[in-house]
Amino acid sequence: MRKVMTGHKAVAEAMRQIEPDVVAVYPITPQSEIAEYYAEYVHDGIVHTELVPVESEHSAMSACVGAAAAGARVMTATASQGLALMVEVLYIAASMRLPIVMALANRALSGPINIHCDHSDAYLARDSGAIQIFCESAQEAYDYMLMAQRVAEHDEVRLPAIVNLDGFTLTHSSQVVEPLPDGVAKKFVGNYKPFYPLLDVDHPATWGPFAMPDYYFELKRAQAAAMEKVPAAFLEVQKHYSKISGRRYAGFVEGYKLDDAERALVVMGSTAGTAKAAVDQLRAKGEKVGLLKVWLFRPFPGKEIAAALAHVERVAVLDRALSFGAMGALYCDLAAAFVHAVHRPTFVNYIYGLGGRDTTVDQLVQVFAELKDAHPDEGLRYIGLRE
Amino acid sequence: MPNIKTLAQREEAQVRFTGGHSLCAGCAEPMVVRTVLNAIPDPVVVANATGCLEVATSRYPGTAWNVPWIHVAFENAAAVIAGVEAAYKALVRAGKLDRRIRFVAFAGDGGTYDIGLQALSGALERGHDFLYVCINNEAYMNTGVQRSSATPRCASATTAPVGKAIPGKPQDRKDITEIVVAHYVPYVAQAAVSNLIDLANKVERAVNYEGPKFLNVLTTCPLGWRTPRDSAIQQAKLAVETRYWPLYEVAEGRYKITYKPKKEVPVEEWLKTQGRFRHLFRSPDGEALIAEFQAAVDRYWDELLRKEQCLSGGEEKTG
Repeated sequence: MRKVMTGHKAVAEAMRQIEPDVVAVYPITPQSEIAEYYAEYVHDGIVHTELVPVESEHSAMSACVGAAAAGARVMTATASQGLALMVEVLYIAASMRLPIVMALANRALSGPINIHCDHSDAYLARDSGAIQIFCESAQEAYDYMLMAQRVAEHDEVRLPAIVNLDGFTLTHSSQVVEPLPDGVAKKFVGNYKPFYPLLDVDHPATWGPFAMPDYYFELKRAQAAAMEKVPAAFLEVQKHYSKISGRRYAGFVEGYKLDDAERALVVMGSTAGTAKAAVDQLRAKGEKVGLLKVWLFRPFPGKEIAAALAHVERVAVLDRALSFGAMGALYCDLAAAFVHAVHRPTFVNYIYGLGGRDTTVDQLVQVFAELKDAHPDEGLRYIGLRE
Repeated sequence: MPNIKTLAQREEAQVRFTGGHSLCAGCAEPMVVRTVLNAIPDPVVVANATGCLEVATSRYPGTAWNVPWIHVAFENAAAVIAGVEAAYKALVRAGKLDRRIRFVAFAGDGGTYDIGLQALSGALERGHDFLYVCINNEAYMNTGVQRSSATPRCASATTAPVGKAIPGKPQDRKDITEIVVAHYVPYVAQAAVSNLIDLANKVERAVNYEGPKFLNVLTTCPLGWRTPRDSAIQQAKLAVETRYWPLYEVAEGRYKITYKPKKEVPVEEWLKTQGRFRHLFRSPDGEALIAEFQAAVDRYWDELLRKEQCLSGGEEKTG
């Protein structure tokens, strides 16, 4: 049934249906409503979840790790500074192969302090070992919360997963969302199967040992191998989900009017919607433009992106965070994906939307115009910045 | 109530923490760990903060732990064990588990007094059912004897050295035991590795209570205190006898000093045996500093006696 709800409510609905054993969460704008909705479910007795209202995000992720290692299905949610505080433990969660799923209401990192959207928080956790998925809409946020659970818990994967949704733009705006019926969602997610749980006291396991130079490297390589299993699991889960939901999810990226495009934007998150409007406007004038929206940011699907953009002549990569002293992170990943390609489009890197700065259709139309004669060696460009 | 024989029998009955770890010769930590774990008849799950105990007992691919054990980071042992306990509650409620399991966190004084204080306070306030054991050796011993907020005034530490201008640590130690008492949890106690029966007793009493329990156990570090390797028990014993480290408990708000030294031993007797206080006996200012140290010990002891006097009434819950 189609309903009007905010991105937060969509995420909370997915969490209610997943009904994890433990939710450890700490409030932060613009994530707080997820914590509030879930506390309501717990206090109304709708879910059996043990809610741990921790005193910080550091403890949120720490309690998640303890609970997940104990053998429970575990979820959390945060934003910005909260993720920054969690990051230490997020790395450890990934190294322990714990499938903790979290919603990240993307918000700019301080300073200056700001509560609005950009992707600096997600980029901070880029190398943490967590799977990262970006969503364009509340519907996608709902859908990917369910799918992330399955990907994270996949036998060969067992890694934490972050579902990114743009703070305020998606979290607080009402959109039409079609959740699955409870029974269908629950069946899709299935039962949780813990590995070597601490609570199996008859088979004591040592979690989080100390590894010296004689083993650390091999252990990290094994962790990388788990990440390498994500793409196949992701496609498998998408296929299953498409079947039960009737919504098409196929691939790590989604092309929009890309097949014959000469110029294209690459973007993650809600700005994909704005970009689609810009593409439509220019297509109406006969310009061959398109969009590539990235769903899966970690692991980065370089090969697939290179294939999807192989025929495009000029590409603008939009990063919603600065990587000070370097080009944008998405741009760098893309550039690396093309380094061995025979045909390389001309790439330009734009930084946009920092701290919640609006990005408009007109601005993206302008980007397409600039792209016509852009030179690859120009360095960073900025959208909507007063200089 | 256990005696030495029962402690030995428990050790033979089940080995929850084995030898072969790489803790220093003369380190008192294994005695604390064994005594605590053996005093709990139910199965236990242990969370361990980063520190000597953790690094020396879990070097991959070996382990000294024969109970489920988890280490995550330095500052979060309380939050980690809270998560384990939350998982336990949820799984019991869901009918997936029906055994009584106990939850124990071990952390050093750095991981408790300093970097782990917030996570500890949060877990205490939320009321998780767990026993938190601070293995207190009064400095960051694992990283090379840096000062912590448990380090006593005047002690020499590598980040509070005895310099020409400042003789060791200029500040008093923090009273974490009373900070925990202020959380109104059911059981809080101080113990010492020298008094293992007292420690075992306290663990037995602690686990009778539902909710957070806290033990602050003075645990000699011969390396950091600069004392002979065979002196760990003697050192802790002197700390107790000089009343520097009172053995007491606060059970449901009732104070009880569990051991009262029969004669007054000056704290100097304890200080003079340790390299970390050596400068007090070699400098002209030392005498005054020792007198101040003694005054602080006396003040603390008197305060504790008064607390015991005022807050001891009522029937004690027995297990």
